[in-house]
Amino acid sequence: MAPVVQLQDIHKTYDSGEVKVHAVRGVTLNLHKGEFMAVMGASGSGKSTLMNTLGCLDRPTRGTYLLDGIDVAKLGRNELADLRNEKLGFVFQGFNLLARTTALENVELPMLYGTGHGSPGEIRERALHCLDIVGLSQRADHFPSQLSGGQQQRVAIARALVNQPQVLLADEPTGNLDSKTSVEIMGVFQKLNEEGITIVMVTHELDIAHYCKRNLIMRDGRVVSDIQVENRNMADVEMQKLLTAESNAKLTD
Amino acid sequence: MRFTSTIIIALRALRRNKLRSMLTALGIIIGVGAVIAMVSIGNGAKAQVEAQVASLGQNVISIFSGSFTGGGMRGGWGSAPTLTVEDAEAIASSVPGAIAVSPEVRDRNQILANGLNWNTQVNGESPDYPTIRSWGMASGSMFTEQDVRSVGKVAVIGKTIVDQLFPNEDPIGQTLRIRNIPFKIVGVLAPKGFNLFGQDQDDVVLVPYTSHMKRLSRRTNVSSILVQAATPEVIEKVQQEITDLLTQRRKGKEPDFTVRNQVELAQAATATTKTMTLLLGAIAGVSLIVGGIGIMNIMLVSVTERTREIGIRLAVGAHGSDVLLQFLIESIILSSLGGILGILLGVGSSQLISSLNGWPVLVSSTAVIVAFVFSAAVGMFFGFYPARKAAQLDPIDALRYE
Repeated sequence: MAPVVQLQDIHKTYDSGEVKVHAVRGVTLNLHKGEFMAVMGASGSGKSTLMNTLGCLDRPTRGTYLLDGIDVAKLGRNELADLRNEKLGFVFQGFNLLARTTALENVELPMLYGTGHGSPGEIRERALHCLDIVGLSQRADHFPSQLSGGQQQRVAIARALVNQPQVLLADEPTGNLDSKTSVEIMGVFQKLNEEGITIVMVTHELDIAHYCKRNLIMRDGRVVSDIQVENRNMADVEMQKLLTAESNAKLTD
Repeated sequence: MRFTSTIIIALRALRRNKLRSMLTALGIIIGVGAVIAMVSIGNGAKAQVEAQVASLGQNVISIFSGSFTGGGMRGGWGSAPTLTVEDAEAIASSVPGAIAVSPEVRDRNQILANGLNWNTQVNGESPDYPTIRSWGMASGSMFTEQDVRSVGKVAVIGKTIVDQLFPNEDPIGQTLRIRNIPFKIVGVLAPKGFNLFGQDQDDVVLVPYTSHMKRLSRRTNVSSILVQAATPEVIEKVQQEITDLLTQRRKGKEPDFTVRNQVELAQAATATTKTMTLLLGAIAGVSLIVGGIGIMNIMLVSVTERTREIGIRLAVGAHGSDVLLQFLIESIILSSLGGILGILLGVGSSQLISSLNGWPVLVSSTAVIVAFVFSAAVGMFFGFYPARKAAQLDPIDALRYE
């Protein structure tokens, strides 16, 4: 089976006046369906740029990117928008939910753009279903300001899922969350991955990367390590450990 | 599908930020309302001032008979007996712009009443005279066309005559003797005071011109004819038509009359109108600019604030055109709602202010249309233009926008 994502010698140069910043210097990468990959690296290593390229939010300066067999370089602005709408789902570090908009309406948003997403009733039903997957169907009518960070991130994940994307892209999804909530979010990702969704996430936390199946480490715009994770963390086990530790702490108090 | 969902998106965006929507609409409400109120009040004031100028007796054309020359002595205007009642009737019937005509015969007489006597101006006039001079009645009424035809012995007197001859009583119905002929007093003119040249305008007795000619002065000609033109604009035309008509009636003889109008008064009226129009234009212009800047500010601020929102929309698959259409629909809804409320506010507040001042309200439809179109255009432009810039950004730049 052909890989979902094929990157061939990708370069990205930012031209900010006199200084040229070479953020990504030749990355070649294949990603198959059902993979769960963490991209790691220090800040400035090019991982976010790679992520934005994968997400079609930014175009590479050089190299080819085939998403689901389509050459992204040949597409115009609107075709890229449709591609993002149909084949990709985004989860951002800062959640990026629309303020003063209910969780349900935030999840519906990608379905209001693009074509063939059905009647308003069907859209609503599908959005509720996605909120159910992330365990937030009870909070459909809440505004982001009424939700905790973990809950907001789960709304963002539901929004990313709603158009049944080929690849789910997450840029430091746990960056703004405490460790327990991070485990919760990783649990959601693992569950989705088990259901067959391909996930790529950026993180700089080693323990978070250990929940993934494949770890990619970048330095100075190049891939320096690409390994399969052995003995990876499972969210339910880790959560159990955390809870036990918590209750022990309370007992000794 | 794409269009209907954009409408849903726009409505949700408006509802989502009620305060911002209200402030935006408020900018347009104030802009439209201020212009309409200022122009309406200004128009009312202008009409009021013009009415006051007109009450001085506007649009009046005077025709004097020619000068009499005898033994090397020239008599001045009105001294030659050349104007007739028929001339006045011809003017009334064949000059369309002449809305009121009064043949005039004037002389001074000693008058008696109530055992008192007084030397005053006795004028023979037609019933149109008070209209021409914009002169109201204090009590009673002006004599009628019937009195003119029947050469009636009726008189209308000025305030000074009342003071001199009827100090403590109601003169209406009393008898006044002019050249020993008894005239019945039917009306008293409203006091007009002194004119610009220090003459007491209230020191006057008016009788039908026929009565004056047949019973008092015993002459067959009139000394002058007063004509009122319908509007200031037609004065020149009416004056020309009167000249042509009278010349034609004299069948090629040397013109023995002169036609004059109240140039000074007409110029003052025109200047007043010009000043008021200029003032109104300035007020409306300033209101429009202030309103426009208010709308511009709130639109610019809110769209800049929404760049991140535009980034999110682009990231999840909105086309640039979807975002633009959304912002366009939002500004159309806000502009038209705000515009309609602004019209109501403007009309309502001008009604209120003019009812407090007792001014006439003149809501100008031009002001309503101009204010609405201008405010809506400003609202739409400044709602649309920054949104267009944001929609052209790369989604990642819009998302990072702080």
